[in-house]
Amino acid sequence: MSIAGRFAIAGVYEHPSRFSPDKSEFQIMAECAKGALDDAGLQLSDVDGLFAASMTMGAMGIIDLAEYLNLKPDYLDGTNIGGSSFVAHVIHASAAINAGLCEVALVLYGSTAASSSMAIGTGGRGGAGPAESFISPYGMTTVGSYALYAQLHMNRYGTTSEQLAEIAVAARHHASMNPNAKMRQPITVDDVMSSRVISTPLHLLDCCIISDGGGAVIVTSLERARDLAKKPVIVLGAGEAAVHQEIGSPDLLTIAAKQSGAKAFGRAGLTPAEMDFAMLYDSFTITVLATLENLGFCQPGEGGDFVSGGRIKLGGALPLNLDGGGLSSNHPGMRGIFLVIEATKQLRGEGDVRQVQGARLACVHGTGGTIGDKHSGATLILGVE
Amino acid sequence: MMAEIQHPLPNASWETRGYWEGAGRGEIVLQRCRSCGTVQHKPRGVCATCLSGDIEHFVASGRGTVYTFTVTNQNMAKGFAEACPYVMAYVTLEEGPRVLTNIVGCDPDTVIIGMKVTADFATQERDDGEAFAVPRFTPV
Ligand SMILES: [Zn+2]
Repeated sequence: MSIAGRFAIAGVYEHPSRFSPDKSEFQIMAECAKGALDDAGLQLSDVDGLFAASMTMGAMGIIDLAEYLNLKPDYLDGTNIGGSSFVAHVIHASAAINAGLCEVALVLYGSTAASSSMAIGTGGRGGAGPAESFISPYGMTTVGSYALYAQLHMNRYGTTSEQLAEIAVAARHHASMNPNAKMRQPITVDDVMSSRVISTPLHLLDCCIISDGGGAVIVTSLERARDLAKKPVIVLGAGEAAVHQEIGSPDLLTIAAKQSGAKAFGRAGLTPAEMDFAMLYDSFTITVLATLENLGFCQPGEGGDFVSGGRIKLGGALPLNLDGGGLSSNHPGMRGIFLVIEATKQLRGEGDVRQVQGARLACVHGTGGTIGDKHSGATLILGVE
Repeated sequence: MMAEIQHPLPNASWETRGYWEGAGRGEIVLQRCRSCGTVQHKPRGVCATCLSGDIEHFVASGRGTVYTFTVTNQNMAKGFAEACPYVMAYVTLEEGPRVLTNIVGCDPDTVIIGMKVTADFATQERDDGEAFAVPRFTPV
């Protein structure tokens, strides 16, 4: 039986801090857990499924986290597929609840990426091992990987830096309405274009910020969610995928969103055109453009036009990343959980001054890893009754 | 003129040794499955198409085309920070596979997608007895 329509997000919480030098990852996660449990009207003792990943949790990190929270869950999932992990955790939680393995799933993220000075975008990538040795000699960076994608997109379709800049401008516009956002001062296309080039064709303002932060999401059955404090936000469709460089020469412009999105929309019985808004992982402006095309919001090559003319701003045809995204609100290393949190708030009508009026259906897509090399994608279609 | 890239030393497993030893001889060495004929890269102990373990190595032409690239202006890692701006690129080899590499021996601003390139090997001082080199590419 499909998980579609029978499981729901019952509680969410986003940590308001963007800089927490006095806190550990687990402390941030615990504070977020309290926030989400309060939001749902649940107690820590109700939690029987624990899902988490972070920038530093190792192979048995999920057990360390259970210890920190003094939890003895019936179900543990420490899946780490990069920044999309938490979107995947919502999917895995729904599947676990569907299988009767747990009832109340707590998904957690916490990070001190900024206060511990992680060089996420422009530090060297790749280690010294045999597998990494095909990458590490060449000066790959996270920005560089996305830049490889952007350069090819521009070459093939004539996409411009000004069009990519529209994505950063829209994100900042939304961040200006989010009191917790790290960067709230509005910017223009010219501001993006005149920021320094990090890795051609990507400018500084095409890149996400680095912050601390964390979040929590509670998933349970729709039946149980209906008895809790907040309006349930229902998982209508879901899909996951991984894309890598294969053994030949795959088209770099086809990202994991193509496969995961087709599954998610198919399982929901819905189309991109029916979405009221979308939360798409925005590590870089090009990530959003690539995701829009691969999810089918527009045809390949049409992303540049799609993001222009105010279409992706609040009030436009498809508002994106209403919290300000990773480009302006927060990007503590991995940010998939914030996509789910903002989508949930919007679907409940809790968007305050940045509320998408009448929002009933949303597409959430997380990308983990880098689209210029190997990466994961996780897509959720969410809705309200 | 910026400093040359100081490429970190590659390390090999038994599965990847043929590639790096080939580079040390100035050759791009690829794998071909004797069972299904698929040419594959990166190297593996099995054919990722049919899972046969009957793999042979062959010397490729060393010629290819720039698939995409980026001129990196900022990389804080040692060996690269001093070499910025440098060109990182995917090159599609004539034999099919695509490799991540650097384009060297030209002004970064002259690199374009579709440019014909040929392999150029950076030999390295190593204290482990290996004679590997790092394949980069240069305009034809
Ligand atoms: Zn084979």
